[in-house]
Amino acid sequence: MNKMEKALAELGTMDELSARKSSIHSLHAGAKLLVTVAYIVIVMSFHKYDLSGLIPMLLWPVLLFQISGIPVRTCFYKLRIVLPLVMAVGLFNPFFDREIILRVGSLSVSGGVISMLTLMLKGVLCLMASFLLVATTPFDRICAALRAVHFPKTLVTLLLLTYRYVGVLTRELAVMTEAYHLRAPGQKGIHISAWGSFLGQLLLRSMDRAQEIYAAMLLRGYDREFRYAAERRFAMKDVAYTLIGVSLFLLLRFVNVSGLLGSLFVR
Amino acid sequence: MIEFKKVSFAYETGKEVIRDLSFTIRGGEAVGLIGANGAGKSTVMKLLLGLLFGEGEIISAGLRLDKANLPLIRRKTGFILQDSDDQMFMPTVYDDMMFAPLNYGMTKEEAERRVDEVLERLELQALKHSYNHKLSGGEKKMAAIATILAMEPETILMDEPTAALDPYNRRLIIRRINGLSQTKLIASHDLDMILDTCERVILLSEGRIAADGKAEEVLRDKALLEANHLELPLSLSRR
Ligand SMILES: Nc1ncnc2c1ncn2[C@@H]1O[C@H](COP(=O)(O)OP(=O)(O)O)[C@@H](O)[C@H]1O
Ligand SMILES: [Mg+2]
Repeated sequence: MNKMEKALAELGTMDELSARKSSIHSLHAGAKLLVTVAYIVIVMSFHKYDLSGLIPMLLWPVLLFQISGIPVRTCFYKLRIVLPLVMAVGLFNPFFDREIILRVGSLSVSGGVISMLTLMLKGVLCLMASFLLVATTPFDRICAALRAVHFPKTLVTLLLLTYRYVGVLTRELAVMTEAYHLRAPGQKGIHISAWGSFLGQLLLRSMDRAQEIYAAMLLRGYDREFRYAAERRFAMKDVAYTLIGVSLFLLLRFVNVSGLLGSLFVR
Repeated sequence: MIEFKKVSFAYETGKEVIRDLSFTIRGGEAVGLIGANGAGKSTVMKLLLGLLFGEGEIISAGLRLDKANLPLIRRKTGFILQDSDDQMFMPTVYDDMMFAPLNYGMTKEEAERRVDEVLERLELQALKHSYNHKLSGGEKKMAAIATILAMEPETILMDEPTAALDPYNRRLIIRRINGLSQTKLIASHDLDMILDTCERVILLSEGRIAADGKAEEVLRDKALLEANHLELPLSLSRR
C-alpha cells in the first residue's frame, strides 16, 4: 500500500470511528455540536498568559476519549499533518515579548514563551475537540444539526462536499502517483519538473469527480436538506450532556481551579 | 417512456456533441446505446436526467423535461454511474441505500423494509453493513445497483455497467440486469453484454444515430461496427 492509499484508508476509518457505539456516540449530534462550539469558544477566551488556567481544560477531551473508546493515538496520528501548523502559530512570540513574568527557581520565563505555550495548547485542545466531534458523530448528522439551527443550506452543503472532496482528492492522488511511478520506476517522490502539471491534473480530475458525486446526490433526492440524516428528538441525556459540559467549561474558565488545588495541597 | 425530439447539445468548449438527435424508447424496452469513445453516450444520459440542458425536446419517464418536472423525473429514473466510487458516497452500503428513500419522505421503517427486500433480491445481504471503501469493484457495482433499486425507479440508465469488471462479476451483472423489469437504457461498448441484455440497439456516431434496430441485426453488421471502432460480439463472430 502506498502512502496515499494509506491516507485514504485513514479517511475511511473516520467513518468507521463515527459508526462505533458508545454513550457519547449515541448522543444527539446537536448536543455534541453545541458543547464542542462552547468548548472552543471558552478555550479561545483564556488570557494569553493564563497557561495554568488552561491546562485543566484538558480534562474534557480526556474524559471523552475515555468514555467513547476512541484511542488518543488515533487522534494524533490522523492530525499529524495539521498539528505542526497549529503549533507553529505562536512560534515567534518569544522574540517579540521578552518581558520576564515568571521565575521558577533560577529560571526566568518570558511572557513570549508563556503565550507561545498557551497558544499551542489552545490549538491542540480545539483540534482534539473537533476531532472528537467528527469521530463520534457521522458527518451527515453534524450537517443535519447545523441545518436544524438554520445554518445556511449552501454553507452546510459546501461543508459536506468538502468532507467528501478530501476523500476524492486522496483517491485521485493515489491513482496519479501510481501512474507516475509506473512510468518513472525507481524514482523517489515526484520530480519537481512534473509538479506543475501534476497539481493541475489533480485539481481538474478531482473537481470532475466531485461534480459527479454531487450529481449522484442530486439524482437520489438530495435537496440540501438533510432528511436522510434526521435525528431523533432531544432527550434527557442530551440536555444533561449539554448542561454538564457547558457548566464545567464555565467553572474551569472563571474559577481558578489549579490555584485552588494548589493551595489545597500546599497547606 | 423516453423520447428525444431533435435534440442538440454542445459543451461550453463549443463543439456540438449531440446533433439533431431523435429516438423513442417505449416502456419496458431494453435498449443498448453503443458507439465509440466520445460518441456521446454519457451525454445522452446526462441530458435525460437534466444534468445538462440542450436544444430540442426531451420526454423522460413520460414527462416533458423541464425545471418543474425535474424532481419527479429524477425520482422515477435510476442512473447507474460508470464509476461506482462516485455513486457510493455514504460510509456504508446501508447508508447509501437508505439515502434516496429517506430523502423522498419515507419513514425509517418503510425504507428499511425496502432495503432488505432489495438486498435479498440481489443476494447481497452479506454486504448490508459493509463500508463502501472496503468493497471490491464487483461488489461496489452490485451495491450501486442496489441503491438505485431502493428508489423503485420506472426507468434505469446504466453507463458502462461492465467496464472494469472481471469475467465472473460481468456475468453476474448481466444476470441481474436481465432480472430487472424496468425500461432500460444501457450505454456500453461491451457488445456481448449488450447482445445478452438488450433486444434493441441504437448506434451513436458523433452525436447522431448511425443505426437503430434489432440487436442481432445491428450487432451482426461487421462493416458498420468497424466503421465505428467497434467489433463483432464474440458470440456472433465465431460462426
Ligand atoms: N464536461 C465536458 N466538457 C467538454 N467536453 C466534454 C465533456 N464531457 C464530454 N465531452 C466531450 O463530448 C463528447 C461526447 O462525450 P461522452 O458523452 O462522454 O461520450 P461517450 O460516453 O460516448 O464516450 C466527447 O468528444 C467528449 O470529449
Ligand atoms: Mg461515456
